[in-house]
Amino acid sequence: MERHYMDSKIKGVSTGTTILAVTFNGGVIIGSDSRASMGGNYVCSKTINKLIQVHDRIFCCIAGSLADAQAVTKTAKFQISLHSIQMESPPLVKAAASVMKELCYNNKEELQAGFITAGWDKKKGPQVYTVALGGMLLSLPFTIGGSGSTYIYGYTDAKYKPDMSREECLQFATNALALAMGRDNVSGGVAHLVVITEGGVEHVVIPGDKLPKFHDE
Amino acid sequence: MAAATATRFCQQLSSVSDMSPDWTAKEVSTGTTIMAVEYEGGVVIGADSRTTTGAYIANRVTDKLTPIHDRIFRCRSGSAADTQAIADIVAYQLGFHSIELDEAPLVQAAANLFKASCYRYREELMAGIIVAGWDKRRGGQVYTVPVGGMLVRQPVSVGGSGSTYIYGFMDSNYKPNMTKEQCLHLVSGALSLAMERDGSSGGVIRLAAISESGVERQVILGNQLPNGQLPREKDNHRIHTTIEYTHHVPVCKIQALNSICW
Repeated sequence: MERHYMDSKIKGVSTGTTILAVTFNGGVIIGSDSRASMGGNYVCSKTINKLIQVHDRIFCCIAGSLADAQAVTKTAKFQISLHSIQMESPPLVKAAASVMKELCYNNKEELQAGFITAGWDKKKGPQVYTVALGGMLLSLPFTIGGSGSTYIYGYTDAKYKPDMSREECLQFATNALALAMGRDNVSGGVAHLVVITEGGVEHVVIPGDKLPKFHDE
Repeated sequence: MAAATATRFCQQLSSVSDMSPDWTAKEVSTGTTIMAVEYEGGVVIGADSRTTTGAYIANRVTDKLTPIHDRIFRCRSGSAADTQAIADIVAYQLGFHSIELDEAPLVQAAANLFKASCYRYREELMAGIIVAGWDKRRGGQVYTVPVGGMLVRQPVSVGGSGSTYIYGFMDSNYKPNMTKEQCLHLVSGALSLAMERDGSSGGVIRLAAISESGVERQVILGNQLPNGQLPREKDNHRIHTTIEYTHHVPVCKIQALNSICW
């Protein structure tokens, strides 16, 4: 595929995407779509997984330039494992998020990627952190990101409640992803969801034809 | 060094931007959120009330729902000047057409007049318009004429800069064949969510319900915004029905996978 769209803000392959992370009672769900596109016209991959495991109970998901995201997450994974070995205990989610933030902030000129880090640790339980494009770190009960997220701000503002059950939270995340994928042309494919709790990690994949359908479909 | 600073200082003294804020040079725009929904027997339309010139809010109580005939309204977004100019032209043409026919004009006629002007002058104009109303041939109808001059009829339509944030909410909460009260609730909930997220939308919510019997207008003030949640009985100042809003969708066949694929 020779044509590169120079007027697109992100050169090369981008995960124009929808990502989200939501805390519930006892855990956190992190989710994303699965489309990687180039220039808004060509879908490079229909089944890419944007949920990257950086430690046993910590995942992060990426939005923006795929190359940048892969580079940052590889480095972060290494640094977090080293930190965890030195401390002789599993890392805190905040530590993982801070590692991502340091990498994003110190390289803010070159990088074009935003991250959501979510996980479970013994100290504070389920947490969600977002690292924005310039390197800002925020802790939130839930967060959405990527190009498709603009279409679901209203939906998530209206529907989120604190302390949901696991099933309610799965339904909320699935609905939000389906709505965003329905309106954003650079998000699509399947919905990847990872449920992280004290007991472990469960990866749920919902194929495109099993996603919830809304009134005009 | 001193000479260079002096010249820079002189240049700054004579530039306009220092003497007055930058928004005085910006065009007035109704960066906005507008919405219209059809129901059995009429339409409900709503809009926020903020008009901006750059970062300054020129009018915080704008009325963006303007009548072009007795039972036909339009919601405007985009450049304020452009939308006002088009509206004047179309209102005149529609009034003339209605007198010639000796009966109330069709909503589709009004929408086509808007489309004709917007499409012919598409290079000069920046206007997104939603035309909604009631006529006796087809009942309540909503037509949208976005920037560029396309015309399409939709049962529910949102427009303006704030509309991107409420596509998800609208997709999940709209169902066909709602009642007027449900539509009012949907529109006010969606508008308040958009006003919360979009910097160019805000102020009060203006609503209008158009049907055969006439036009009922309402205003929801800033401190009474519903915020997209279900109404509780105690702060239910206007709508007296509680509506079940959750859209239960079956999440079929959830499979647990261990493989991670790139």
